[in-house]
Amino acid sequence: METVNITTSCDQQFVDLVEEESGQTLNLCYQCGNCTAGCPYSFAYDIPVSQIMRLLQLGQKETVLKSKSIWLCATCESCTTRCPNNIDVAHIMDVLRHIARREGYASVKTVKSFWDSFLDSVEKHGRAFEMGLLVNYILRTGRVWTDLDLGPKILPKGKLHFNPNDVQGKEEIAKIFERFKEGSGK
Amino acid sequence: MSGTLNYAYYPGCSGTGTSMEYDMSTRAVCSVLGIKLSDVPDWSCCGSTPAHTVDHTLSSALSARNLSLVEDMGMETTITPCPSCLTNLKTSGKRMEKEDFREKVNKLLDKPYNGTVATKSVLQILVEDLGVEAIREKVVKPLEGLKVAAYYGCIMNRPPEVMEFDDPEHPMSMDNIMEALGADVVPFPLKVECCGASFGIPRKDLVMKLSGKLLDAAEDIGAQAIVTACPLCQMNLDLRQGQINMATGSHHKIPVFYYTQLMGLALGLTEKEVGMGKLCVSPKAVLKAIGRKEKTSAK
Ligand code: SF4
Ligand code: SF4
Repeated sequence: METVNITTSCDQQFVDLVEEESGQTLNLCYQCGNCTAGCPYSFAYDIPVSQIMRLLQLGQKETVLKSKSIWLCATCESCTTRCPNNIDVAHIMDVLRHIARREGYASVKTVKSFWDSFLDSVEKHGRAFEMGLLVNYILRTGRVWTDLDLGPKILPKGKLHFNPNDVQGKEEIAKIFERFKEGSGK
Repeated sequence: MSGTLNYAYYPGCSGTGTSMEYDMSTRAVCSVLGIKLSDVPDWSCCGSTPAHTVDHTLSSALSARNLSLVEDMGMETTITPCPSCLTNLKTSGKRMEKEDFREKVNKLLDKPYNGTVATKSVLQILVEDLGVEAIREKVVKPLEGLKVAAYYGCIMNRPPEVMEFDDPEHPMSMDNIMEALGADVVPFPLKVECCGASFGIPRKDLVMKLSGKLLDAAEDIGAQAIVTACPLCQMNLDLRQGQINMATGSHHKIPVFYYTQLMGLALGLTEKEVGMGKLCVSPKAVLKAIGRKEKTSAK
């Protein structure tokens, strides 16, 4: 891991923002490491979740928002469940993704694109249309779908639909997105 | 007892697609058990994981539209088979108890949600409202001779303050149901470990590793089958089992059932009625080995 100069780069505003948006008190973390020990994704993280907590206490905005970890967290809730100080760590990871999005960080582009494709589908149809979201994802990422081998397994089961199953009130859902985008200035 | 169990039912997007056998078997089992389900009319997507990674107000609004539809039905409790929908519906319900947050969410909606609906999983009402004993009494074709590992996935019971059901580290509800059906339940040490969730498409390597570990562990303890209560877990373990074998050099061939499918069989439903044909890893050999003692004509 890179060395962080904590004396020159503490961003207190960032600390306040994370605390405000998550409703959590970052200073309660005493670095026991329980969250990291239980996190199923630690092997794939560039910064383990307990170190994210420490970096947050020290206001290391750039390092935290740049990290891949915040995109690889699956919100499995084991950190939150096991933290001895009742810190809702998974909630903090969620809030970090919100801030990272707003500030233009997306260190694991495939994950962000997948989530965005999913939401596009909900915005358009009111429900997740699996086939459509795959196509959207491929277009967004320019990646060839790596699951072609699954086709013969799933297609005969009649579980994948080729046409969206739109919700009647889909305009209501589109309006939810519209109002959200207006309100947040996104 | 029966006739009084009456719920609004939220199937969730995967229930109309990749987990249709879960939806089918859930409806069939509830019907046999005298549980009345009324579909939430024109329900929409809860936003799943992607929405809450963007914004909590947006995510809650997507859930709240559905909860408000349940209010329109004049019902107090809605149930869903899918843990991911469950988390979203429950979390937004909880967050919207705070007035300022509820106001923010309602601003995004055509019709406000008033906060009167409780959300539970189908699993929860089966064990808490109906009861395991009532299920046991209805078994006509016990799952004798089936060694099964019950896998709950990560979020069915966590975090406990939100989910308020069973144990966050060592849940037993599905184990108890399987035992009541006559199956031989093996203690599964990874019952709440994450399977890789929705990373199958953007980061398949993660699913190969995490779901691979689950399959290895199930085999190590001698399970002939896994039962799950989550569409995502089921898909990772079943549909992707071949990919996992390729990626990890293993040779698993273990069927992954929805717990409601096995319930249905034990309650006398046919394989077709519980959608056995929709599974990717063939359950044939395992199903043949069940109930050799008390052979009934069910096919
Ligand atoms: S479990 Fe809680 S106290 Fe321990 S390191 Fe993680 S966040 Fe800090
Ligand atoms: S919620 Fe995220 S950070 Fe916490 S243990 Fe799970 S994957 Fe790791």
